[in-house]
Amino acid sequence: MKIVIKNGRVIDPASRTDDTLDILIEDDSIADISRGISVRDGYGVIDAGGCLVLPGLIDMHVHFREPGREDVETIYSGSKVAAKGGFTSVCTMPNTDPVIDNQALVRFIKLEAEKGPINVFPAATITKGMKGEEISEMGELIGAGAVGFTDDGLPVMSSILMRRALEYSRMFDVPIITHSEDLELTDDGIMNEGKNSMLLGLKGIPREAEEVMIARDVILTRLAGGRLHVAHVSSGGSVEIIRRAKSDGIRVTCETAPHYFSLTDDAVAEYLSMAKMKPPLRTENDRKAIIEGLKRGIIDVIASDHAPHSPNEKMQELEYAPFGIVGLETTVPLIITVLVKENGFSYFEAFEKVTINPARVLKIERGELKIGSIADVTIIDPEKKVRIDESFMLSKCKNSPFMGKELSGSVEYTICNGNVVYSNK
Amino acid sequence: MRELSDFNMSSLKRKDLLDIQSLSVEEILLICRSAKYFKDIFTRSVKSVPILRGKSVCTLFYEPSTRTKLSFDLAAKRLSADLINFSVSTSSVVKGESLIDTVHTLEAMKVDYIVMRHAASMAPHFLSRNIKASVINAGDGFHAHPTQGLLDSYSIMERRGSLEGGSMEGLHIGIIGDIKHSRVARSDIEAFKKLGARVTLCGPPTLVPDAFEHYGVEISYNLDALLPQLDVINLLRIQKERQKGSLFPSLREYHRQFALTDERYRRCRDDVIIMHPGPVNRGIEIDDAVMSSPKTIINEQVTNGVAVRMAIFYLLAGGAPLEEMSEERGSLENSN
Repeated sequence: MKIVIKNGRVIDPASRTDDTLDILIEDDSIADISRGISVRDGYGVIDAGGCLVLPGLIDMHVHFREPGREDVETIYSGSKVAAKGGFTSVCTMPNTDPVIDNQALVRFIKLEAEKGPINVFPAATITKGMKGEEISEMGELIGAGAVGFTDDGLPVMSSILMRRALEYSRMFDVPIITHSEDLELTDDGIMNEGKNSMLLGLKGIPREAEEVMIARDVILTRLAGGRLHVAHVSSGGSVEIIRRAKSDGIRVTCETAPHYFSLTDDAVAEYLSMAKMKPPLRTENDRKAIIEGLKRGIIDVIASDHAPHSPNEKMQELEYAPFGIVGLETTVPLIITVLVKENGFSYFEAFEKVTINPARVLKIERGELKIGSIADVTIIDPEKKVRIDESFMLSKCKNSPFMGKELSGSVEYTICNGNVVYSNK
Repeated sequence: MRELSDFNMSSLKRKDLLDIQSLSVEEILLICRSAKYFKDIFTRSVKSVPILRGKSVCTLFYEPSTRTKLSFDLAAKRLSADLINFSVSTSSVVKGESLIDTVHTLEAMKVDYIVMRHAASMAPHFLSRNIKASVINAGDGFHAHPTQGLLDSYSIMERRGSLEGGSMEGLHIGIIGDIKHSRVARSDIEAFKKLGARVTLCGPPTLVPDAFEHYGVEISYNLDALLPQLDVINLLRIQKERQKGSLFPSLREYHRQFALTDERYRRCRDDVIIMHPGPVNRGIEIDDAVMSSPKTIINEQVTNGVAVRMAIFYLLAGGAPLEEMSEERGSLENSN
């Protein structure tokens, strides 16, 4: 099978390519990237005129809920949603039921993923049973296909255990991905602590609950070595701690989610449980600091933290509803609308965060467009409007504060391993 | 007395009463002045009027309450509404029915008003978006207790004779105690500020977070210094379990720092008004002797609460023409 992508604006942040080029895909790899590739009999042709042609996007933080909550998402259904969102690779979080803490479960995820359209790279737990007591068998888990370790959903509260995990991980050079939250400071809070939590009478989560743990984790990384990746950074203070750690030479990377650069805690009164996630939406100053952190490259990665919850669970009193929103289908439109259009990001600045940067954090051979590489390609029309509504959303769950919004940036094609896995035509 | 028709507005142009924040000053005054009318009615011999005849009111209490529920019950009955009670201990909630399902059941039964108390902040707001019936918030979590805010405003203005003028300009009101965990504090602050009062919050910093400054209030940790300046002292109930969260070290120390003791009472202004939303912890927030002082209007607040809640039902129903109401009342009086 040969496909030629014609006339698109090829953007490859890794090689700093930004040019109108054609791409020839042969079987599962890229055979040529050049001007005026001639179309022969039997070639499939995609006219990408007016569109961006990007390396297949990577979302390194998704919850596919399988095993355990197949009613809200499965590895297969989540993979379909990812393909529609423009993603050819995802990293699944291990806080399923049971948690992914042994090689059989990692293999199960890889096997299930083979039925779906995209690449699934599982993360496994830092600690056995996610109990925060003993470190998982990292070597065995990596052997089965795990690309990183995280107890996401929960922090590793024990500092000594965190130190050991970082130290032990050094021989594999894998990222320890942290959900940085001091649970005692969170104290059953449900939204950002500040003016809005006070006005709404909702228990607040101070930004310091996040910042204290990030500070601890970067300091422990200085002590222990290893590679720290901080998940879902939401506060300006966290960005500053990570900036300082990086300038001190500590091996730390981090990610934020699109809602942290798109919304503030003003959204809670309006969207109620649809604006409830951890860490919580912060203030306008934080939102600006997150955008600035992305612009300056202090924040390396944008990841959706796609967290499906059933309507029954979300249609509850705000305090009782679970944390989390879906995001795979809104990431691209939010990057285009908020970062590129509203904040003047170049396409390199915007899309390195969902291509080469997460590929480097996870050490996966993806995220670039070059001759000979696996043919993962995403084609986006940056000017085309999308309306986020029930019919737009493919995800089994529609728990999103962006419902009803019209955004710019439409995923037109997703090509994974040389196959067109999503087409908007 | 002034008739309701003298006011610019004759009804609340809204489906629900959820919090004070969303009410205009005009709406607050409309409710307070209408409450005066209803208080006049039920403090006479005939206590009922047929304003809500044929309408049904359901009280939906997810949290125990005695006085607020009784007050709403009485208000509904005095307006001749059909009243049903739905309380957690006797309901399907214990079987795990969700709020949204319970509410759809009530809606299917064509209930007109739902009076809701819930431990979770914003629960009535969530409910109101999903039901056609009018939702009246009888207290949600730490968020709002708008009928308390209204009845406290009414009580102060009635006592000060400023109901007609409709303003709290020049009044300095102190709210003392656990502000952080108090829906009464939030609704009182919002109402008092809208009506032009100067408000100072007083309590330990653990219970009076700086975030409250967003309301444009002052914060004091020194009750003794504050007391002689206050025209109104509103004491809040201390939840004894807060001590376990290390929000204050002991009830003894709390009493020493923030209780309205007999000794402190003697340093208050002569015309001070002392309030408490109840139920009172005697000997913790307020000493026995102060409870029985003529400056203490705690029982008057309870009476006013019924009047305010009658006014709210009436105004949400669209505010029936007053002449008609007066006639019906007249005929009721005649028939007795």
